[in-house]
Amino acid sequence: MKPTPLALRHWRRRDWLCQTGLGAALAPLTSLALAQEDHTGGDPLGSMQWPVVRRKFLGGEPVVFSDQVLVKGPPFAEDAMNVPILVDARPLLAAGQRIERILLVADRNPVQHILSFEPRRVLPVLAFRFRLEQGSPVRAMVRTSDGRWHVGQTWVNAAGGGCTVPGVTRADGSWSQTLNQVQARFFRNVLDGQGMRLRVRVMHPMDTGLVAGIPAFHIEELELRDSGDQLWWRMELHEPVSENPLITFELGQSPPGTMVLRGRDNGGNRIYQEVSA
Amino acid sequence: MTPRRAPRPAWVALAWLTAAATLWPLAAPPALAQHSTATPARADTTRLDYGLQPRQIARHTWVIEGAVDDFSRANGCNIINTGFIATPAGVIVVNTGPSRLYGEQQRRAIARVTPLPVVRVLNLNLHPDYFFGNQAYADVATEALAGSIAGMQAEGKAYEDNLFRLCGDWMKGTESTPAQQALAPGRLDFGGHRLELRRLDGHTADDLVLIDHSTGVVFAGGLVFADRVPTAPHAELPAWRQSLHRLRELARALPLTVMVPSHGPVHTDLRGLEQTLDWLDWLEQTLARSAAQGLDLGEVLRQPIPERFQRWAAMPAEYVRSVTYLYPRHELAALRGTSAGPVAPVAPVTGQ
Repeated sequence: MKPTPLALRHWRRRDWLCQTGLGAALAPLTSLALAQEDHTGGDPLGSMQWPVVRRKFLGGEPVVFSDQVLVKGPPFAEDAMNVPILVDARPLLAAGQRIERILLVADRNPVQHILSFEPRRVLPVLAFRFRLEQGSPVRAMVRTSDGRWHVGQTWVNAAGGGCTVPGVTRADGSWSQTLNQVQARFFRNVLDGQGMRLRVRVMHPMDTGLVAGIPAFHIEELELRDSGDQLWWRMELHEPVSENPLITFELGQSPPGTMVLRGRDNGGNRIYQEVSA
Repeated sequence: MTPRRAPRPAWVALAWLTAAATLWPLAAPPALAQHSTATPARADTTRLDYGLQPRQIARHTWVIEGAVDDFSRANGCNIINTGFIATPAGVIVVNTGPSRLYGEQQRRAIARVTPLPVVRVLNLNLHPDYFFGNQAYADVATEALAGSIAGMQAEGKAYEDNLFRLCGDWMKGTESTPAQQALAPGRLDFGGHRLELRRLDGHTADDLVLIDHSTGVVFAGGLVFADRVPTAPHAELPAWRQSLHRLRELARALPLTVMVPSHGPVHTDLRGLEQTLDWLDWLEQTLARSAAQGLDLGEVLRQPIPERFQRWAAMPAEYVRSVTYLYPRHELAALRGTSAGPVAPVAPVTGQ
């Protein structure tokens, strides 16, 4: 599918309806068809939440659905508390675009916003797991420096309940002994046999606030800097990210010496870890 | 909002049940035990009749084979092999099926074969279709390994909810009834049969195997699968593989005449055992190698599967389940494998 501006898609639909010459006879049907079209806003997955998601996260900025933003998830969430998602927006880079940030959103989650990612000096590639409350589109919405949003998506089905049950460490109370501990490691030549991959796991209960008596308690920010304090990536995490988040980043180039991973949660607890290849 | 259900039991139960849902779908039944032709149950959904037909596989020994089909209301969710040994000292029942109704019909089917009383009922592991028919044996002290009983007690309610959702009317009147009595593994002489109750593990934390040294029949429970992908949500792969090696030795020493897996065609050799072992070896190696390479869960799920496994039933669904539950452990081991540098002295305070 070539990226098609939404406005253009609507126009084409109207144009076709007008040119059929049946417009008068089909007027009621036509308006019905258009009304139905408006409910999903041209969403390839036919989700009625899309217009709301778009308004909420992207405002009035121009949007295209794009197959240059790859989002891969399982067709069915085997474990609704750990749904693996892969995002790859390298085709946008290859097409000469500069990527500012990537928003990950699940339309039908009680908290829609999963995370935001700014891949400053790394590839626009990300793997993570999140909690899914019910079957939903999962979208990666990529803002490029020309002010446009490029949206890729996949549908993940689920038996449900991922957001409204406590995680394992919350249930057994062990989270407090390991809070904000980090395990991180570089792996060489994984993606297409080249580059450096960084996998990071931060111990945190990531409470959604949707379980009775357990307020929202989650990591809010993570970032990676080199020894010269240059920012390589920054991430804003929200409630749906799985307990003890394990996130995979692709560094196109080898890191120059020791890197520093920092962040904090919404309780003000700091995260700090030095990482070297 | 309150949690809908208890955390772990719910998803573990669901995982098991969705796993069970694809136990049989594709594979044609291969050659069966030599004693007679298999007559898989044919369920009648209007009369809620499972159509259970015991088939004799050895002296005093019968199996009641589950439908060779997907897990569905049409077959009453009866996809398990149960069995019984009817000796002059009374009848031993192995597994009681997925519902109260199954237990009752199983008991009537046994009564059609033998007038002898049921004196022992064994549940080979904690999964629901091993013990949900226990209600029909209220007058017998139902038995399982202690760990299985604890698991039945912890997860029974969640199993019940899920089976009602999947199987509908077939579940009427079913209440999770865990085995009452912890059994001690060991050998016993029973009605002229030299029986051995052996505790192995790996498919679940406690896998009971019933070996009849007099007839060479092995009721292997969940340890052996044939022509399908083994289910693994409760599995510990190294332990499971060890158990299969041990079981192979035991079967050779018997010698084996009939292998009765709980799920999969009854067969007369070690075919199912070798298949299961082959799969577990490959799965373990794949997970370890993937973790060492730094692959994410989603990437492991997309890896190619060897041709010899591709035609098995429940592929790829069961592979997806196994990887989802087993891979995180390998990932963490790989992450911890190398030092990630010193931890800065930041004392965490609780966030609330």
